[in-house]
Amino acid sequence: MASENPNVCAVVNDSVSSTKLKNFQSKYPERFVNVGIAEQNMVGVGAGLANGGMLPYVCGASCFLTARAMEQVKVDLGYSKSNVKLCGMSSGMAYGELGPTHHSIEDIAWTRIIPNLAVVVPADSLETASAMRYSLLHVGPMFLRISRVPVRNVHADDYAFTLGKAPVLHPGNDVAILANGLMVERALDAAHDLAAQGIGARVLNMSSVKPMDEEAVLAAARETRRIVTVEEGLAAGGLGGAVAELLALQQPTPMRIMGVPGVFAPTGSAGFLLEHFGLTSANIQRTVLELIQQR
Amino acid sequence: MITSPNYELLARQGNWIRLSAMTMTHRAALGHTGGDLSASDILASLYLGGVLNVDPEQPTWPQRDRFIMSKGHCSGAFYSVLAARGFFPLEQLKSFMKPLSMLNGHPDRNKLPGVEANTGPLGHGLPIAVGCALSARMRKESWRVFVLTGDGELQEGSNWEAAMTANHYSLDNLVVIVDRNRLQQGDFTENTIRMDPLAAKWEAFGFRVIEIEGHNPQALVEAFQASSAKGHPTCVIANTVKGNGVSFAANKPAWHHGVPTVEQLELAAQELGVTSLDEVPR
Repeated sequence: MASENPNVCAVVNDSVSSTKLKNFQSKYPERFVNVGIAEQNMVGVGAGLANGGMLPYVCGASCFLTARAMEQVKVDLGYSKSNVKLCGMSSGMAYGELGPTHHSIEDIAWTRIIPNLAVVVPADSLETASAMRYSLLHVGPMFLRISRVPVRNVHADDYAFTLGKAPVLHPGNDVAILANGLMVERALDAAHDLAAQGIGARVLNMSSVKPMDEEAVLAAARETRRIVTVEEGLAAGGLGGAVAELLALQQPTPMRIMGVPGVFAPTGSAGFLLEHFGLTSANIQRTVLELIQQR
Repeated sequence: MITSPNYELLARQGNWIRLSAMTMTHRAALGHTGGDLSASDILASLYLGGVLNVDPEQPTWPQRDRFIMSKGHCSGAFYSVLAARGFFPLEQLKSFMKPLSMLNGHPDRNKLPGVEANTGPLGHGLPIAVGCALSARMRKESWRVFVLTGDGELQEGSNWEAAMTANHYSLDNLVVIVDRNRLQQGDFTENTIRMDPLAAKWEAFGFRVIEIEGHNPQALVEAFQASSAKGHPTCVIANTVKGNGVSFAANKPAWHHGVPTVEQLELAAQELGVTSLDEVPR
């Protein structure tokens, strides 16, 4: 994007390697700013760069970017409607054994409630690339929550991300599984296994957390009458919360919200922690079956 | 750029801003009189003394100088000087803090022409100013960036994060102005958090420091128009009096957000030598 558009620039907080921007730094040093370990300043600088006519991408570990600089995100970006894109890297529990200080399980909950801030959680590297290109044309602040745990590509090569749209990646009318980020791959695995048991699980990719594709969610609730949300984040307030708010008001539907249950993670790798908190395709299946049997 | 401003006129314009701000605060029954009054001459010098290269007809002209009012709570003075400079009609000042008004308690760039940043929480303006200065550098454009902070405001760490970045990137197109009125909300700054020696701190952060009397228009204009110190951002420490110009408010902590009564407004008008708010002294 930087080669096509001379206004694209990057701001990091000593996070050159963790944001994988070493190439950018060496090719476009004049458009690369490192503020050191200073997240509040980093986001403010982004707002200033946008004021001056640049298209800044402010990148850092999501845990530090969203927590430390939340007032800047609220005021300098959301309230000010600054055209700044935030890339929260290594999100969720990607940092595994480094512990909860380095996890961002609350970032979706915090960011989705900031007015004017779009929130995107790509499911695979194809969607990340597409969402990045989309972000360049989006005028206004946007938070892209980028993962680091490898997943297979769940989209076709010609997939194009659209803000506010939740594509159906697997059809079904017995239950709908609403997932984003890492969880989409696991939701699809669960859907395939459920199909073999004669259960039609519709899988929606909720990469666009805000704005949310309310039409698709309401249709899924109406048509399947059972909703399971699953996210790599706290069960409270994130994707599950957003869906529950909508459904409670417009289409009350039996729901299960899968996520991290109100605790900070114990020691363990990202893979271990996802298992530990039941964020697996096997547990998604179990949850669906339990929900179906409930009726 | 005006080659030799009329400093006596600037002083009178500063007093007009003072009375305008106090009147707005009185009408709204809310405002920050002390800080409005300490900042009035700084603002007059910037906007009416030929310092800022801005065009009220084109508030978003890309080559404009940027001024960021980091001490956003002093919106009474800030809005008054923006109106005086022609960014919007004087009449609109009467809508200060009224329901759905463009003149919110703290400035909103999406509501009001001339506002660059939505400040208010303190400590936000300097990082934004650094970003602006970096942007000018990237675009090879020659506009300058000015940011006005309070002194209590400098207790926020984000200012110093930004100062370090300004130094590291040698942002000589950046001028930080500190309204050093030595008071904050509850008390004198030095009773709250010892900040002196302040000039030494800025110098240690790599800034070229100019320390002046903050109610002297000539000293202000000359400091702001001083050629940049090559490779270094500038910090102008303007030594001011909170509540300056008005006997009952000068240097009184309670006037941080004191609201003047009608009688106090009349006394202030007399002391400031302002007979009418309908026209800015020219």
